[in-house]
Amino acid sequence: MKHLLGTDDLTRAEAIRILDTATQMAATQEREARKLPTLRGKTVVNLFFEDSTRTRISFEAAAKRLSADVINFSAKGSSVSKGESLKDTALTLQAMGADAVVVRHWASGAAHQLAHGNWMHGSVVNAGDGTHQHPTQALLDAYTARRHLVDEPDGKGLDGLRIAIVGDILHSRVARSNVALLTTLGAQVSLVAPPTLIPVGVGPWPVDVFMNLDDALDAHHFDAVMMLRVQRERMSGGGAAYFPSPAEYTRLFGLDSARLARLDAHSIVMHPGPMNRGLEISAEAADSTRSVIVEQVANGVAVRMAALYLLLAGEERP
Amino acid sequence: MTGTILGAPDMARALTRIAHEILERNDGPESLVLLGIPTRGVPLAQRLAQRIAVAEPGFDPLNRCGGLDITMYRDDLHRHPTRTIGPTTLPAHGVDDAVVVLVDDVFHTGRTIRAALDAINDVGRPRAVQLAVLVDRGHRELPIRADYVGKNIPTSRSERVAVRLSEIDGDDAVVLTGGAQ
Repeated sequence: MKHLLGTDDLTRAEAIRILDTATQMAATQEREARKLPTLRGKTVVNLFFEDSTRTRISFEAAAKRLSADVINFSAKGSSVSKGESLKDTALTLQAMGADAVVVRHWASGAAHQLAHGNWMHGSVVNAGDGTHQHPTQALLDAYTARRHLVDEPDGKGLDGLRIAIVGDILHSRVARSNVALLTTLGAQVSLVAPPTLIPVGVGPWPVDVFMNLDDALDAHHFDAVMMLRVQRERMSGGGAAYFPSPAEYTRLFGLDSARLARLDAHSIVMHPGPMNRGLEISAEAADSTRSVIVEQVANGVAVRMAALYLLLAGEERP
Repeated sequence: MTGTILGAPDMARALTRIAHEILERNDGPESLVLLGIPTRGVPLAQRLAQRIAVAEPGFDPLNRCGGLDITMYRDDLHRHPTRTIGPTTLPAHGVDDAVVVLVDDVFHTGRTIRAALDAINDVGRPRAVQLAVLVDRGHRELPIRADYVGKNIPTSRSERVAVRLSEIDGDDAVVLTGGAQ
C-alpha cells in the first residue's frame, strides 16, 4: 500500500490485513508503556483544510504512539488563507521531508489529487474529502463491528452480518466509505434516510433503502445500527432544509428507547460522533450497554496506527 | 556440508538438555518465564516448558510460557516489504521480576535478540533475561551471546538454515541449504 485514499479500491485481503494489524496495535495500547519505536525518524504531516478535532488528534495520537514526528498544519491562519494553492502547499511539505500526509479537505478528490499530482513523494492518507470518502472512519467502524460480532475475528471479514446506516447519506463520506468497505468484507448494508438525503445515484449501490427506521427494523434483524450525525445547517432555514423539522426527523429516524428495545440482544449501536443527543439518537440509546460509541474512539487510534504502519514501515518503493 | 543437520531425535535430545540446563542454572523453575519469538520460537518455548514440567512436576507449562512479537522493534523494517505483526502473549502475571528465557530457532546476527530486548523492556522489568536457541549459526553483528545452544553449526553467510517443526511444518528437522556457488 502506498496511499490510503478510499475504501472502494481496497481488496478484501488488504482490508482484513489492516484490521488484523489494528488488533495487534490495540493490544500494545493496553500496556503501561504504550509508545513503540516503529516509525522513529518518520515525519507525518496533518494537513487539515476543514475543522476537525477528533480525527486530527486521533491521527496525532496514532503517529506519536509509533514514535513518528507530527507536524500539524491547519488552513486557518496559515499560508492557505493567504491564497496558496494545494499544489504549492504540497511542494512545501515535500521540501520539508514529509513521509506521510494526512489530509482533510472540503473538496471531494483532494486526497487523490495530492497523491497522484506528482507533487510530492510521501504517502497520502485521506482523512475525509468533501462528500467522497473517509476510509479510516469506515475501517474503525468495521474493526469495532468485527470485534463485537465475529467470533475469533483474526483473519475474518464480516460475512453474513447486516448493518444499517441511518441518517444523512447524501452528504456523508462516512456512509460512502462504509458501504464500500462493509460490502467488501461480506456484510449486507441497509440505508435509512429521508428521500431528500438519499443520493440520486443510489440505484447501483449494493444496498437496500428504507424511508423510515421502523420499516427497516420490520424488514431485517440488524447486527449493528450506525447512526449518522444530522448537520444543523440541513435542518431548517426555509428553502435550504432537507426535512420539515427536527422533531419529525427524530420521530421517523431517531434511535429512541422503543426502537432500541426492538434490536436483537447481541446488536450494537454505533455513531461516528459528534452526537446530537435527542435528535438522531436518544441519551438512553447513546449510553446503553449496546452502545460502542466511546470504544469507537479508542479503536480509531489503533486502526490509524495500523494504517500508518502499513504505509510507512516497509521498504520505500520508487 | 548441506542437507539435514539435525533430525527429530537429535532435536528432542537437544531440547531436553537445554531444559535441564535452564533448571540447573536457575536453581529450579520458581521464577522462570519462557518467551518464544514468532514464528518458530513459540512452539520451541512450549516444548521446553513441557520438558521442564516433566522434570519439575510443580511447574505449570501453560502459565509460564508465551510469545513475544518483535516486528515493531526491528531495525531493518525499511529494508523489507512491510512485515505482518504477530501476536504477543504473556503469562497472566506478566514478566516483572521473573527470569525470562527468550527462545528462538536460529541465532544469527543478533539483531532479532536486540529487538526482543527492547520489546521486553516495554512489557515489564524482568529480574534477568537469558537466551536459548536451537541453532547457533554464527556471524554475529552485535555483542550478544546465547546462554543455551542446541547445536553450533558453522555456516557461510550465503547458506540458509531452515528449522522445521512438526507444529508448523509437519516434521522436525534442521536443514542447511545453498552455499557458495
